[in-house]
Amino acid sequence: MAAIDPSNRGLRLFARYAVLTLVAVIFAFPLVFMLVSSLKPDDQLLRDTASLRAFLPVGDLSLRNYYAAFDRAPVGTFILNSVFVTGVTVALSLFVCSLAGFAFVFLRWTGRDLVLSVILATLIVPFETIAIPLLLVVSKLPWIGAEGLTLGWLNTYRVQIVPFIADGLTIFLFVQYFKDLPGDLIEAARVEGASNWQIYRRIVMPLSGPILATAAILKFLVMYNQYLWPLMVVQEEGRRPVMVGLQYFFQLNRAWGEIMAYLSLITVPVLAFYLYLQRAFIASIASTGVKG
Amino acid sequence: MAEISLRQVRKSYGPTEIIKGVDIDIADGEFCVFVGPSGCGKSTLLRMIAGLEDITSGELRIGGRVVNELPPKERGVAMVFQSYAIFPHMTVRENVAFGLTIAGASKEEKAAKVAEAARILQMEHLLDRRPSQLSGGQRQRVAIGRAIVREPSVFLFDEPLSNLDAALRMDMRLEIGKLHQQLGATMIYVTHDQVEAMTLADKIVVLRAGEVMQVGSPMELYHNPANVFVAGFIGSPSMNFLDVEVRGVQGDRVVVSNAALEPVEVRPKVGSYAPGTRARLGVRPQYLTPVVGDGAGTPPNAGRLHGRVALTERLGAETIVESTLADRSRVIAALARDAVYPVGAEVTLAFRPEEAHLFPA
Repeated sequence: MAAIDPSNRGLRLFARYAVLTLVAVIFAFPLVFMLVSSLKPDDQLLRDTASLRAFLPVGDLSLRNYYAAFDRAPVGTFILNSVFVTGVTVALSLFVCSLAGFAFVFLRWTGRDLVLSVILATLIVPFETIAIPLLLVVSKLPWIGAEGLTLGWLNTYRVQIVPFIADGLTIFLFVQYFKDLPGDLIEAARVEGASNWQIYRRIVMPLSGPILATAAILKFLVMYNQYLWPLMVVQEEGRRPVMVGLQYFFQLNRAWGEIMAYLSLITVPVLAFYLYLQRAFIASIASTGVKG
Repeated sequence: MAEISLRQVRKSYGPTEIIKGVDIDIADGEFCVFVGPSGCGKSTLLRMIAGLEDITSGELRIGGRVVNELPPKERGVAMVFQSYAIFPHMTVRENVAFGLTIAGASKEEKAAKVAEAARILQMEHLLDRRPSQLSGGQRQRVAIGRAIVREPSVFLFDEPLSNLDAALRMDMRLEIGKLHQQLGATMIYVTHDQVEAMTLADKIVVLRAGEVMQVGSPMELYHNPANVFVAGFIGSPSMNFLDVEVRGVQGDRVVVSNAALEPVEVRPKVGSYAPGTRARLGVRPQYLTPVVGDGAGTPPNAGRLHGRVALTERLGAETIVESTLADRSRVIAALARDAVYPVGAEVTLAFRPEEAHLFPA
């Protein structure tokens, strides 16, 4: 092929950006609609949906919906609950599942492959099928706390956290990633006298930035969007997460503006988490890009 | 003291035996090279000594202590990997100090030992760099540095130079030799490159398909190979082998010949021979010389081979001549100095009987 004509190249670049921009706009529309609508009174909001005004911050704009949302439901408590439950679960999950992955890839023990295949098989079981049995289990589980021995985990944070710490998908992600780490690094560390824990902490974890970020994002989404399980196990308002809180806005007097305000509020932690991890994600890729 | 002994050491993966009963003794401070073609088990054997592979049966002693069941860190060994195995997320300094950090050494001790290793390997200026900023040769130095700071009694090298280019390989080979003299530690070095084996080793172990073919000093192996495999493996270009018939046996002398070889009397060092049987006669390319004119310059008891020149390679300092013999076999002669041998020309090559090796067929 002859040398590429520069004007042709410019045109192609323009076309590419045009397509990308269009896609970005399509994806942004719902978010823009949510944010803009959260500032409008209900009658204007419904009127505007008939036109492009739905995406424009015009007309009678105010923060009234936000005040109303806080009046209607303990929004702050819901968000804090969700952030706490999600944060703790993600942290514990990364730790426990990476340790499991380490054991499956770097340790030799009888039954290893069998156990791994059983764990992978759990991937095809939807949560809904085990929800009821799991509810029966957690309703009877003992706990030793400030009040001594108690039975039943209902209406607690731990009932929202513990069942989700270990899961097949996260373990599988770590197993796949660890398999691709150069085995020589692990053996070199072993010959240098490192214990399994030291190999995990000093060699494997520092090289696992990309997979930690990936697993964290996936787990975060699952946990932050929890609805069915907290609905089943938490009746106490003070322990409920954001998605269950959404119910408060679909009761007798439905207020679309308040719903949009609530949705805008609960989206903030998600965006913050994404932006934070995106940076960590890119940095970790940049630092591990070493070829033998 | 770190002498190493292997007694009937075996390794199997399921029904497949990889190492088939190996006996080796390595003295304290000795430089021992395991050499052999790919898949001969030399790396597996090294990894068994390191503790990275289980020993199926047999006994491995390091410094008189049976270490079969000990983890790598309790064997007092350090290992340099073919891939260098440098930790990419640590600086050179942290890499070199890794073993000391794990052992809980003090800051001062680490700094002193890293400085000493860096001085020996001339890499003081690299200490704060990341592995991604190093060349292949520099990475190799880091790997060796990491091995020497712990002052192990045994060093294990697994094909450490095979990822380097030819010039660098030669430099590093010399450096590893120097390092051995400086440290005086026992070293085991795995390679498939017989030049590395010949130049570095006090003792060479030639392996083939999980069995020891011969153990000895480089010159022992070169001059007195125990079998056809060792004879063909050690030396470059490799030894020529002729299928010959035993014409007569008298005491320790055997007369052999074939269609291209005039009867010649040799003294075999291995095997026993009977008249009328077949045998293999090995002659190194360097020991073949062309017979000029009427052959007055050639000793009367010399072996004489008749053939035609098939190919010549003129390298300047020497000329490689490949000839086809009457029995269609080919021999290679490495002749000193530059010379012209036209393809197709008749040639007679002579060798001194004491430089030929006879092996049972």
